[in-house]
Amino acid sequence: MSDDNLVEIKDLDFAYDDRPILKGISMEIPRGKVVAIMGGSGCGKTTLLRLIGGQLKPSRGDVLVDGLSVPRLRDDELYALRRRMGMLFQFGALFTDISVFDNVAYQMREHTNLPEDLIRDMVLLKLNAVGLRGAHQLMPAELSGGMARRVALARAISLDPMLIMYDEPFAGLDPISLGVIGQLIRKLNDALGATSIMVTHDIQESLQIVDYIYFMSDGKVVAMGTPDEIRASQHPFVHQFVFAQADGPVPFHYPAKPLAAELLGNGVHERS
Amino acid sequence: MIASLGHRVNEALQRLGFAARFFVMLLLWSGQSFRRMHLTIRELYFSGFQSLLIIVVSGLFIGMVLGMQGYETLQRYGSAEALGVLVALSLVRELGPVVAALLFASRAGSSITAEIGLMKATEQLTAMDMMAVNPIARVVAPRFWGGVISMPLLAALFSTAGVFGGYLIGVVFIGVDEGAFWSQMQASVDFRYDVWSGIVKSFVFGVAVSLIAVFEGYDAVPTAEGVSSSIKSTVVQSALAILALDFVLTSFMFREA
Amino acid sequence: MSRKLLDLWVGIFVALGLAGMLFLALKVGNLSAGNFAETYPLTAKFANIGGLKVRAPVKSAGVVVGRVVDIRFDPKEYEAVVSFSIDQRYQFPKDTFALILTAGLLGEQYVGLDPGGDETMLKANDVIAKTQSAVVLESLISQFMFNKASEGQSE
Repeated sequence: MSDDNLVEIKDLDFAYDDRPILKGISMEIPRGKVVAIMGGSGCGKTTLLRLIGGQLKPSRGDVLVDGLSVPRLRDDELYALRRRMGMLFQFGALFTDISVFDNVAYQMREHTNLPEDLIRDMVLLKLNAVGLRGAHQLMPAELSGGMARRVALARAISLDPMLIMYDEPFAGLDPISLGVIGQLIRKLNDALGATSIMVTHDIQESLQIVDYIYFMSDGKVVAMGTPDEIRASQHPFVHQFVFAQADGPVPFHYPAKPLAAELLGNGVHERS
Repeated sequence: MIASLGHRVNEALQRLGFAARFFVMLLLWSGQSFRRMHLTIRELYFSGFQSLLIIVVSGLFIGMVLGMQGYETLQRYGSAEALGVLVALSLVRELGPVVAALLFASRAGSSITAEIGLMKATEQLTAMDMMAVNPIARVVAPRFWGGVISMPLLAALFSTAGVFGGYLIGVVFIGVDEGAFWSQMQASVDFRYDVWSGIVKSFVFGVAVSLIAVFEGYDAVPTAEGVSSSIKSTVVQSALAILALDFVLTSFMFREA
Repeated sequence: MSRKLLDLWVGIFVALGLAGMLFLALKVGNLSAGNFAETYPLTAKFANIGGLKVRAPVKSAGVVVGRVVDIRFDPKEYEAVVSFSIDQRYQFPKDTFALILTAGLLGEQYVGLDPGGDETMLKANDVIAKTQSAVVLESLISQFMFNKASEGQSE
């Protein structure tokens, strides 16, 4: 493994029971970069993040994070590695029973022996970075979707991780919040000297902030490149994605019998 | 038909295996959660203290009903003084542990399941795990131990309130001799045989109900329907477990020598 | 809610629960009176124990002085071996008589100890030599009827 890559995914297979999700994925995530993994809903993007975080075990292949093979780590080693990772969940996943402040302070209190006044200063700095220092006393239920996402971001970076993972950071946000989150992802990555992996299907926002993009479809990597290469790409899948066409390599219809056959058939639903 | 039955049996056994593994994990991680005692104390507040009112009020009423019904029957045989024995023995041996556990399952068990299930549905448990904090140590174990510790205390309070209710009806309202009420009770209720067995029973019920509640929450399908069906099965399974365990324990404890 | 207040409520809850247990143990149960802190074991053999049960009281002059802890059958001598634990405060002479008595006509059976006049006292694990078995109602009735029948014949 070259030292330039923080994360390397090698020929990875994963299946839920008998249903294959990922089929032979290989990726390289260079240190210090923001990399997006794109694809339609249900193509296994989130599963891939879970595999990098060690919450799922692959059926074949390997995931290396900072030189460590994640599937082969013991539980305590895995927890040690996760302390150096931050993850932003799709809907924030803030702890709803404690305040914004306590959410951001959570890992500091769990994993460090820092005195409470130092934790207070650090939490306020992290909240300041996402522009929500004034909201530290609120409960998660009192936040808007975009604010909750920013608090979750502050929580994800609370221990200055080397790797930050984002699961659909833009899902369900208004255009302003969306732009704010996008800028924050880029700025925080550069300020912390971290590496970011972002799973998303928001192509336009991603093209503006990321360094590299992988396209996934049906459990495989189908295309990759820098934002400029992607914009210029003639690959039919990428083209469909970038220009948001309804039909293309990704079919509009869920697999079914031809419509005419279904409507004009004998009208009896076959049951197998 | 037979294939689907086999499939269901297979599924049930798998779930039982997972539950057993979960219980072992829970015990293994408990040490870590005991080092953060305030987590368990918090759960004692929610499942113990907040169940106090319903437990004491129900106990009082059950004791009053026992006092009335018991007197009605006993006085036909001219042994109304034995009312204290009847009330105390029924409460200490059976009604205290069983009814308190049933109330606890529906009051505290269901809310534990709901809380853990919703934390799962909103990815809070996954998030915790990704933050290198084990959700079993941080979320599940404190709730489990909170329930296990609360249960015998609640059952004892239930019985105490019940005896007081029986006293209120029997002695204060009906006029059974107060001295006979207490002395006959004390002569017939043995500490080790009756009171202690009741405490042991309520402890076993506490383990069963708390385990069912945390497991159902942890194993909930992470959707609104999934969580609501888990809450339902917490209440149903707890009730069945309490009654079945009560039968087993009673036949062990009070079998004539 | 602040942690101090929460601790306070939980403290109240635990104290109440323990007080309830104490109430059950002392006021409802007989931990204070019926269970003896210091006891010593004795055994006695009976030809017939009737309906005697484990945990039945052992009384002397009507006062509970101990409890039956074990009942076994001796397959060699075809006798019942009854062990009981006696309160350390009470000592009984060597020639104490053990009887199986019934409270009331049909009540529970208990062991009665009738002290003799011996100078030496029974020690722990001693066997009481003189015993009287339970009165079994059926044999009493048949004995009575047999006597009546023989009386009738002799007349």
